Amino acid sequence: MDSFIALSNGFLVALEPANLLFAMVGVLLGTLVGVLPGIGPALTVALLLPVTFKLDPGGSIIMFAGIYYGGMYGGSTTSILLNTPGESASVVTALEGNKMARAGRGGPALATAAVGSFVAGTLATIGLAFLAPLLVKVAVAFGPWDYFALMVLAFVTVAATFGSSPLRGLTSLAFGLLLGLVGIDQLTGQARLSFGIPQLLDGIEVTTLAVGLFAIGEALFVASRHLHNPEKPIPIKGSLWMTREDWKRSWKPWLRGTAFGFLIGALPAGGAEIPTFLSYATERKLSKHPEEFGHGAIEGVAGPEAANNASAAGTLVPLLTLGLPTSATAAIMLAGFQQYGLQPGPLLFVQAPDLVWGLIASLFIANVMLVILNLPLIGLWVRLLAIPMPWLYAGILVFAAMGTVAANPSAVELAILVIFGFIGFFMRRYDYPIAPAVVGLILGPMADAQLRRSLQMSLGDPMIFLENPGSAILLGIAVLALLAPFILKGLERFQMQED
Amino acid sequence: MKSSKLKTFDKPAAVIGVILFAVAAIIAYDASQMSQQAIYGIGPTAMPNALALFFAALGVAHIVIAFRHGLPVPDQADWGAFAWVAGALLALIVAVASGAGFILGATLLFAMTARAFGRKAFVIDLLIGFTIGLIVFLVFNNILSLTLPQGPLERLL
Repeated sequence: MDSFIALSNGFLVALEPANLLFAMVGVLLGTLVGVLPGIGPALTVALLLPVTFKLDPGGSIIMFAGIYYGGMYGGSTTSILLNTPGESASVVTALEGNKMARAGRGGPALATAAVGSFVAGTLATIGLAFLAPLLVKVAVAFGPWDYFALMVLAFVTVAATFGSSPLRGLTSLAFGLLLGLVGIDQLTGQARLSFGIPQLLDGIEVTTLAVGLFAIGEALFVASRHLHNPEKPIPIKGSLWMTREDWKRSWKPWLRGTAFGFLIGALPAGGAEIPTFLSYATERKLSKHPEEFGHGAIEGVAGPEAANNASAAGTLVPLLTLGLPTSATAAIMLAGFQQYGLQPGPLLFVQAPDLVWGLIASLFIANVMLVILNLPLIGLWVRLLAIPMPWLYAGILVFAAMGTVAANPSAVELAILVIFGFIGFFMRRYDYPIAPAVVGLILGPMADAQLRRSLQMSLGDPMIFLENPGSAILLGIAVLALLAPFILKGLERFQMQED
Repeated sequence: MKSSKLKTFDKPAAVIGVILFAVAAIIAYDASQMSQQAIYGIGPTAMPNALALFFAALGVAHIVIAFRHGLPVPDQADWGAFAWVAGALLALIVAVASGAGFILGATLLFAMTARAFGRKAFVIDLLIGFTIGLIVFLVFNNILSLTLPQGPLERLL
């Protein structure tokens, strides 16, 4: 019942004209960056952080969430029409979606993606509204040891368990943790890894890392490959609308995709990729037309698209209730909260209920706005794909530079940005994931602080982590999650040898 | 992006392994330079030392995979285009560091990046870059009251 009252108060906040405007700007920007190749929601929020520094916190955060949701909607368009997914969560959509577009069924593919995103976004936001207060009640009793164990679990799942390679994921995480150490230690005032450079004493900005790895790294990477594979969008032919048959084949994948996306997103496991892969594999198994998979099966678009939208809402559960980001976008949204001196977690629900519930309510509104933007107006967005690549990437770099110098107008900051860009290029080239680095940078210092706080309370006895059941269980799961990929791989090899 | 099984030694993996060792050494050295303050449990050097060990372990793992399946083999890169983008970024840093201002830096950044992606109309792109830089500067300076790096041109505005 509490949720109902809180949520209706939230709607009063979200329906204020200024907040509606912020939500509108957010979903427009989100769809825009989702549609355009090369930029995603994480980068966009990172670029907007310095710009929104002086704006209203509630409105800005509503806008960031709109960008997150919008990016998930818009990503499907590029995957379907261009076969170049804008972000990793849309990779699976491209498998069937692009085949449908080639077969002249681009319209229904876009429609099932948009309606599926709406269904998933709405159901998952309801899930968020009911799950969040329950988790807050649990989290109030958390000690520093529980938080530390939870962060270790998040590190492991984000970096190792679900990536293509645990080694490369952990290396990316280590890079982020390393950057997190740079600067003055909060507890003792010692300078760590600053090498006498005064700009490094303040630490590395999350925005600089995100913009460097995402924008600069991506531009360098695409430039180095551009001449080899230029892609042209496939024009939408025929009807945009789904037939009765399409609806019949889509609704179950939508619901199953929503379940995968929300549950995996809400666990501190993170990432939208895994639920999309799971959804795709499930639909392929359950489909009455398995022969169509690989040639444009609508279930293969409906399920994964629902899954990636639901996971965006799911990711907000650990972010809002525990302050635990499990995706790159969530990590940067956490930086956004911190910019206003707000710390997501159980206390935020008590201290700023208007902000939290206003945000949740505005997600429902954003979903309605997005389905309108993405169904009747899809033709307009498709036209954006006609922007010449040289201007698109040149523009992205100018805005990336702008965001960085606006936050900190110095050549040193720009040099750090460009170095991150080069590192991002090589990470992409050798298939190292980016998100663990961003999550490591923001969560690393928090984990460090919780660890030391725990040990101060236990007078230096590390057994405190095993004596408390909460942290002991979480650390146990983390160890399992770290070993799981290796065990599964071993099993696979074993089976192959048997064949 | 597929891993080749035929190669016996993967150079990129070995190079990254060596870099990871170097980073581990730097972290450990930096931690050893800090004055020790004995507080309960762990001080400011504990995390760096743990991380140095983590980096060293990752380094070992990279050396091991260098002798096994290696890293994914990347596609052939167009290093000319890469150099244009790198040059564009360098031009921006030089423009800001030398006090030439944000607008000039943005102009060069835009035109040289567009060149990297195959545009040939360099003068037109310089004009577009200049216009974008100018608009961005005016919006930031006058509406958002955030100061971008200023040069002679910006002071005239």
